[in-house]
Amino acid sequence: MPLLEMKGIGKEFPGVKALDDVELTLEKGEVLALLGENGAGKSTLMKILSGVYNADRGEILIDGQPADIRNVWDASKLGIGIIHQELNLIPDLAVYENIFLGRESVNPITKRINKSELKEQSKRLLAGLGVDLDVGRAVKDLSIAEQQMVEIARVLSMDCRVIIMDEPTDALTTDEVGKLFDVIRSLKKENKGIIFISHKIEEIMEIADRVEVLRDGRLTGSKTVSDTDADELISMMVGRELKEKFPKVKTAAGDVVLEVRGLNVPGILHDINFNLRKSEVLGISGLIGAGRTELGKTLFGVYEYKGEILLDGKPVNIKSPGDAIKAGIVYLTENRKEEGLFSDKSVAYNMTLAKLREFTGRMDRVEKRKEADEVRDYVDRIRVKTPSIAQTVDNLSGGNQQKVLLAKWLMTNPNVMILDEPTRGIDVGAKVEIYNLINRLKQNGIAIIMISSELPEIMGISDRILIMHQGRITGELEDKDATQEKIMHYAVNI
Amino acid sequence: MEQTKSRDWSVVLRGLQSLIGLLGLCIILSLLSPRFLTTGNILNVLRQTSLNAVMAVGMTFVILTGGIDLSVGSILAFSGMVAAGLSHSGMNAAGAIIVGLIIGTALGFISGLAVTKGNVPPFIATLAMMTMARGATLVYSNGQPKTGLGDDFAFIGNGKVWVIPFPVIVLLILLIVAYYILSQTATGRYIYATGSNERAAGLSGIKTDRIKILVYAISGLTAALSGMIVTSMLNSASPTAGSGGELDAIASVVLGGTSLSGGQGSVAGTIIGALIIGVLNNGLNLLNVSSYYQQLIKGIVILGAVLIDRKRR
Repeated sequence: MPLLEMKGIGKEFPGVKALDDVELTLEKGEVLALLGENGAGKSTLMKILSGVYNADRGEILIDGQPADIRNVWDASKLGIGIIHQELNLIPDLAVYENIFLGRESVNPITKRINKSELKEQSKRLLAGLGVDLDVGRAVKDLSIAEQQMVEIARVLSMDCRVIIMDEPTDALTTDEVGKLFDVIRSLKKENKGIIFISHKIEEIMEIADRVEVLRDGRLTGSKTVSDTDADELISMMVGRELKEKFPKVKTAAGDVVLEVRGLNVPGILHDINFNLRKSEVLGISGLIGAGRTELGKTLFGVYEYKGEILLDGKPVNIKSPGDAIKAGIVYLTENRKEEGLFSDKSVAYNMTLAKLREFTGRMDRVEKRKEADEVRDYVDRIRVKTPSIAQTVDNLSGGNQQKVLLAKWLMTNPNVMILDEPTRGIDVGAKVEIYNLINRLKQNGIAIIMISSELPEIMGISDRILIMHQGRITGELEDKDATQEKIMHYAVNI
Repeated sequence: MEQTKSRDWSVVLRGLQSLIGLLGLCIILSLLSPRFLTTGNILNVLRQTSLNAVMAVGMTFVILTGGIDLSVGSILAFSGMVAAGLSHSGMNAAGAIIVGLIIGTALGFISGLAVTKGNVPPFIATLAMMTMARGATLVYSNGQPKTGLGDDFAFIGNGKVWVIPFPVIVLLILLIVAYYILSQTATGRYIYATGSNERAAGLSGIKTDRIKILVYAISGLTAALSGMIVTSMLNSASPTAGSGGELDAIASVVLGGTSLSGGQGSVAGTIIGALIIGVLNNGLNLLNVSSYYQQLIKGIVILGAVLIDRKRR
């Protein structure tokens, strides 16, 4: 009898089918790897198993018994532990306090926490992971790798039967990964079941017994690791058909507008070189954490950089977003709510903020009539569906909010537009409208950098694609040569 | 789109809500005390209220960016004390007042620098400024009130234009200027933007640090202006002047419907908030309520008003 079975699991988020009829089994003493692109549903599936989300459909069996997991406490009572991708530690508490948080052993009468015992146990757990650190130190003073080890120790201390590891090696060095794998092997011997999520195929080949590949919320196949290879796994990851229509328009690319030479941001970007032409859409692909957004923001003056940025052949010094806007470079954020919108303000307010100085007359006064005329013009031109330009943007749909932000940047008359995940969180109809808009901008001579995690999108819209991995450009493809497999090869850099 | 409203009435309504509260309070007090609704008393309320209202206008700028300024009471005292000292030693009123205003602005500017360049939370930065300015006042005055100012100094606090007390006129002018800045200018938009979403404001090319320094400087300026008025009114500067004044100013802003998290509110609301506090003080005095009870009642009114506002949202 399998240790764990998940049957017919389905989960929807507003407008998105995150998981569709997913089946999964895990045997005792087995390491099962979950593989998939960004947004394929790996993390959602594991959050359902660990009680963070509730599934809309399907059931979970543990040792053949139906398990009713409604919250994280239910999951931990059933012996399911998860090592989260984003660390769940409390920065100001000590290592041992974090490891035993909520499960402290206390003196039955005085209720005093038995610190020395907890410290002793923590030390032993960490020693098992090959880590030697002072367990009394505050977690915030540790390196990310050490914090990751503490997180792992915390879950191991719960003595779980099923251990989920969500990208546990992201922050670790090769050496540390080796130690983690030793621990996984010894957990196997203790007959525990391990689910290992990663997009690093080499690691999966090394540690896993079996691989399940997820794509767009569905399982596309199950392979025994010894019967497969990296190429087959990649094609299983990306092999979806192009569902959306990409109305690509061909234009002759013009002169070089933007040249980037030896761009470095310590710890973030390394030796970035590329050109961008007028009327060209340059796609930037890569996995989460590859440095794509950071590259976009560096060109927009958010990070201090070393190296050269040339506009129309002339070096420019971009120290702030204000400098970038003046130079004609704008950046549409991937994070609409936190970095883009003033959600309690009107459509007009949001659209004109970046070029307000062009509407001001004497005594800094904003000429509201002139402003309103231009806003209405843009609302009509890019078809923002809003009852009025005084409408609060919070009340608009995601697609219309995105159009408001696009209009904001178009108003500044840019030469270079950096669009970071321009279709994230908007419905299919609005996506196509955004694609059409990108094509129109291209025909009007604007140079566009489009950062996207969706391979079909990036292949459908870009004229040329750069692929990044760990802060470097690892590959460049012309659109006619690009295949999902090639992009993925560069993105995982093997 | 199920939304058909063409204008965001909720903001307008929130302004009206405090106005309705103020009118209700006035009606109740005029029924309870025949002396409340006399011209003399009304002008007195306005004159008393102007001290707090002037400071609260500057406070509104700070709170709109999501900050807070605890130092206004102490800046009032220090700038008033320095101006009184200069006037006492023979400087003309205009000169003394200008120096006082510059000092207040400079202290606000320093708080702004600490908040932006030093990354100190506004609560702490202005708490430190509050303590420093109060200490400087005590050092400068040796703990003694300064009296015997030049005769020309008296006008700003006690003068009248027709029947209107001069401080009320100062407040009106300040209100108009502040309203113009906040609702008509690009700088005003940047202030709201900084409070509404600081990251997005920065990514729109707005120098949010400069905006924040500006609002603390404005708050320092209005605190000093209030210091000039109170020093003139009493013809003396006291080292304890304005103690607790920051709390009345913050209460006025909040009663006026400005959100403490920034981005939403208006100076018109703040003036109404200051009037609510002023009318309440005056009414309770007229009704001979002991000052101990007055504090208690004021606290209850503030809490009640904010609770109602929260429920509505």
